[in-house]
Amino acid sequence: MLLQILRRTATLVASLVVSSMLVFAFMALLPGDPARVALGVNASEASVAQMRQEFGLDRPLLSQYVSWMAGFIRFDLGTSYVSQVEIAPQIIDRLQVTMWLVVCAMVLALVIAVPLGTVMALRHRKPSGLVLSALSQVGVAVPAFLAGILLITVFAVKLQWLPANGWTPPNEDPVQFLRQLILPVLALGLVQGAVLTRYVRSSILDVQREDYIRTARAKGLGAGRALRRHGFRNAAIPVVTVLALQLATLLIGAVVVERVFVIPGLGSLLLDQVANRDLIFVQDIVMLLVLAVLLVNFVVDLLYLVIDPRLKVAT
Amino acid sequence: MSVLAAETRPKDASTSRVLDVQGLDVRLGRFHLLHDVTFSIDRGERVGLIGESGSGKSLTSLALLGLLPDDAHVSGSIRLAGVGHDLVGARERDLAAIRGRDVAMVFQEPMTALNPTMRVGDQVAEVITIHAGRGGRDKRAARARAVELLDQVGLPDPGDAARAYPHQLSGGQRQRVVVAIALANDPSLLVCDEPTTALDVTVQARVLDLIVRGVSARDAALLFITHDLSVVATVCERVLVMYGGRVVEAGPVTEVFRRPRHRYTQGLLAASDLDSAAAGGRLPTIRGTVPSAGTFPDGCVFRSRCDHATEVCATEPAWAGPDPGNGFACHHPAGAERAS
Repeated sequence: MLLQILRRTATLVASLVVSSMLVFAFMALLPGDPARVALGVNASEASVAQMRQEFGLDRPLLSQYVSWMAGFIRFDLGTSYVSQVEIAPQIIDRLQVTMWLVVCAMVLALVIAVPLGTVMALRHRKPSGLVLSALSQVGVAVPAFLAGILLITVFAVKLQWLPANGWTPPNEDPVQFLRQLILPVLALGLVQGAVLTRYVRSSILDVQREDYIRTARAKGLGAGRALRRHGFRNAAIPVVTVLALQLATLLIGAVVVERVFVIPGLGSLLLDQVANRDLIFVQDIVMLLVLAVLLVNFVVDLLYLVIDPRLKVAT
Repeated sequence: MSVLAAETRPKDASTSRVLDVQGLDVRLGRFHLLHDVTFSIDRGERVGLIGESGSGKSLTSLALLGLLPDDAHVSGSIRLAGVGHDLVGARERDLAAIRGRDVAMVFQEPMTALNPTMRVGDQVAEVITIHAGRGGRDKRAARARAVELLDQVGLPDPGDAARAYPHQLSGGQRQRVVVAIALANDPSLLVCDEPTTALDVTVQARVLDLIVRGVSARDAALLFITHDLSVVATVCERVLVMYGGRVVEAGPVTEVFRRPRHRYTQGLLAASDLDSAAAGGRLPTIRGTVPSAGTFPDGCVFRSRCDHATEVCATEPAWAGPDPGNGFACHHPAGAERAS
């Protein structure tokens, strides 16, 4: 067990090192001098050179990488070339907003997918199951931003039940916070829920064909109890895998949905800084997203150990 | 004294019949899978059910447990001693109460028959608590009983085994666990579906011995499904031969194996007779393969593969014999040549 955890931790660290190198290399390969971009085309050669020195852009790439990483580990992300403000506090600020979206959307997706997927699996040969299956297929095909625009059109513009966009921190006005949270969370969560539903369905269908479910029935358990006591935990194994991938998708999906709903999250921050050509800032945000995705996968790997006892001894 | 003993027996002592299957007929969609299957098993009796894959053996066993698919059309009757109603057409709730208590099953694949994410002891204890009724759902007592049962089926260190997960046990050990689950509530009927087919030959004999001893100790009836004729010869007293969803021959093992009457039984025996193989170098086979469901010929189901078939075989052969437990259904039975 301990060995398994150590091995997975080593994998996490190695992935982080490699991905940070990739992120850094991509940014370094981009054409254009960050200092020139920051100061504008009219700036004098002297002031550009001074800025290059100030931000260490004249040093070799390797030493730039090392100092960037050293800062990243201490979460000292430096200051922006363009706006000259501290990067870390801004990111933390925006991250809180995005986490609300992602976590609520994930919970919504689970709340939709687990019961619906189960019902679809149990009725997979009946018309009701087929209708649900077709509906979820439609859900899978709709991109989150389109779902967002549709939701705004119906619930904000036509019915005027909810605000079309904006963001209020929960400690400022909890009611307004919730009202503004509902539509973006629906946009993200419904689509992910539809995808997850299909995985839950196929996972439950697979499990129901397993011999140990037949054994459970032969013991005298009804179909429902056999599934609850013996099926769900086994069905959860592939679903958790998909869940991890979906969390990554949600983080990225939030970038677009935040635009649609004018929410000041990490995604809008990223897009703003891309527009500003603030390369260090972009690099930090991208690395942070990579870190989040890798951490999620790490946690899922540990979850497997809890769910599936076979993995504890696997070599 | 003996009268007293008979009266205190938990199960209906007036008749020794445990299982009575009459005219069992199963249709699934457009397929007619079981035709008029009739047989019975008495207390303490061990009956073999043989036939090739696709002959309807496993379907018969699922019918006995009420585990046929929901959309199967079942007619006929299945009566079990101690159960006041017919199993055919019974409500799922009533069937669930019988499964694991009055009738239990050992399946073919020990590797997949146990839940991989649940401790073995809990899986044994579960079958006890399910049927214990409201007052008796003491989990600790059930767990202690589970360890006892694991000890009875011969697992070394039953306490450790109870805490193990299935993947930590060998195939033979897992099958012992499955047997422990099946015998936990002292069922009046144990159904075994190829319980040793997936095991190493060296382990097979020990598991067979375990099943026979477990059944004898409880005076339970045993229905043993297999395609291994030597296993039937060791374990069973009577045998039913199935082909195309019908019982084509039935009788005491010694009689059926020594003087088979149905041409299918004759073919099966010839195909597993190692003495004739030693003489001829090759085992005789039954020509062709078992037709898939729904493509068996009408009349005698075996006539498409039978060397003795004539026009008369297009009509269904009647059952020849004193009772459903002893006889055969064949127009040209083996051993009748001299007579005709």
